[in-house]
Amino acid sequence: MSKPLLELQDLVVKVNRQTNEELRILDDLNLTINQGDFITVLGSNGAGKSTLFNAIAGDLALSSGQIKLHGNDVTHDSVEKRTRFLGRVFQDPKLGTAPRMTVAENLLLAERRGQRRGLRPRHLKQQHQRYQELTAAMGNGLEQRLDTPTGNLSGGQRQALSFLMATIRRPELLLLDEHTAALDPQTSQSLMTLTEQRVSQAQLTCLMITHHLEDALTYGNRLIVLHQGRITFDVTGAAKQALTKEQLYQFFATID
Amino acid sequence: MSLMVSAIGQGLLWAVLGVGLFLTFRILDFADMTVEGTFPLGAAVCVAGISHGLSPLAATLLAFVIGSLAGLMTGLLYTKGHIPILLAGILVMTACYSINLRILGRANLSLLGQKTLFKLPFLKSLPPYFDGVFLGAVIMILVTSLVIYFLQTDLGQAFIATGDNQTMARSLSINTDRMKILGLMVSNGLIAFGGALVAQNNGYADVNMGIGIIVIALASIIIGEVAFGELTLNQRLVAVTLGSILYRFVLLLVLKLGFNANDLNLLSAIVLALCMMLPVFEQHLHLKHLLKRGLDRNV
Repeated sequence: MSKPLLELQDLVVKVNRQTNEELRILDDLNLTINQGDFITVLGSNGAGKSTLFNAIAGDLALSSGQIKLHGNDVTHDSVEKRTRFLGRVFQDPKLGTAPRMTVAENLLLAERRGQRRGLRPRHLKQQHQRYQELTAAMGNGLEQRLDTPTGNLSGGQRQALSFLMATIRRPELLLLDEHTAALDPQTSQSLMTLTEQRVSQAQLTCLMITHHLEDALTYGNRLIVLHQGRITFDVTGAAKQALTKEQLYQFFATID
Repeated sequence: MSLMVSAIGQGLLWAVLGVGLFLTFRILDFADMTVEGTFPLGAAVCVAGISHGLSPLAATLLAFVIGSLAGLMTGLLYTKGHIPILLAGILVMTACYSINLRILGRANLSLLGQKTLFKLPFLKSLPPYFDGVFLGAVIMILVTSLVIYFLQTDLGQAFIATGDNQTMARSLSINTDRMKILGLMVSNGLIAFGGALVAQNNGYADVNMGIGIIVIALASIIIGEVAFGELTLNQRLVAVTLGSILYRFVLLLVLKLGFNANDLNLLSAIVLALCMMLPVFEQHLHLKHLLKRGLDRNV
């Protein structure tokens, strides 16, 4: 029913090459992401989750392997080129926004993702009305701070803004790297709800790293577990629905 | 009085350097040493050009172009060659010294008897020293407006974002390497342009005229910031010009106190260091608190 969006074939990332402590952070990893998939990614520290994201985004060169988007090889495309189809939210709220630029300026920057940026005036004022509506939907007072530099926002507001920026131009693939981990439980919960809403409304394809087993079970239609650079567990649809926390604990106990 | 007018004129001419350096120092957030080479480079290109029969305006614009090429070199060494920006700047600055000697043919070339922008006929009708003020004001209004316009475009915003948060800029498909190269080119183009203006005003180009330039340019930026406090980006650009004029007043004052012109670099460094340390002083000495108490007592 759904077509493959992104295919990862035999991804290998090695560190400490040519020493006897060579380590494979990604070890022949294979994954096919279908259009409309909302995949939650679990795995202990050092399992290769962030490396996987960096490999997809192009921040990290592969030792070997291939990445295909819609069947086209994008393995050697630059970060800037890949971000044309990619939206990304980082764990650290500081990484997602430009601190000295205002909320509205940040949104406008994000809206131009993948477009040519020329010498035409940016016409920020004309966007205000629209940005007001967009930010009001976040439900955390962002709409009153459109002209505030993002460096003066709270962590929760910043992260909600980062999320909005990553999705304001519909990305073909959305990467969420523990995007609620740095927030307090309540703020984290409301951002998760918002994420769920937006992903399902816009029918986004999404990969979400999380350390919360409950979040991993609650959200998305597919769950994968990374262990020592490989995908050791992959459930979709009804099988994922039926999965319980206990079963997951048990699974983790067996692989460690 | 004429000293004051002359200082304002000088401040306006040198303000080009402040605006040029602002693009790298404040927006891209690094110190670009290339400027110590591109300032005399612009002067040399302009003076040599005029001596070879170019019109003063054409020679001044040529200085901008050649200066931006030097910036391009630094940018390529920095982004593609992965040389730290400080070293990349020093390399190009050092290379410029030899190039400047080649262009001038010797260490010092005079513009005696040649046309310059400051000898335009209509400037003659102005009172003494007002020619510098007039020309400087026209140029600064033009340069500042162009830079402000640029920063408000989509490209300019991408440029600002690169200096503000590189990781984010890249994740929004901004080619950060290209932005840094662009910034270095425009910045060094402006510095060379400033060098061309100062050379025409002085009536000569000298290979050693670049020494301490970065301190002078930084002084306009920092003094502007210290004097005017919290401002928007556009206002800050205007503050650079005012800072440059204030800096000339400080120099005037210092010379009046009996210091020698040879001491100027030392004094410039001291003035700049003091201004940059002001936040530290404030923290330790509670200057604001003291000032406020003093004022209260006066009331």
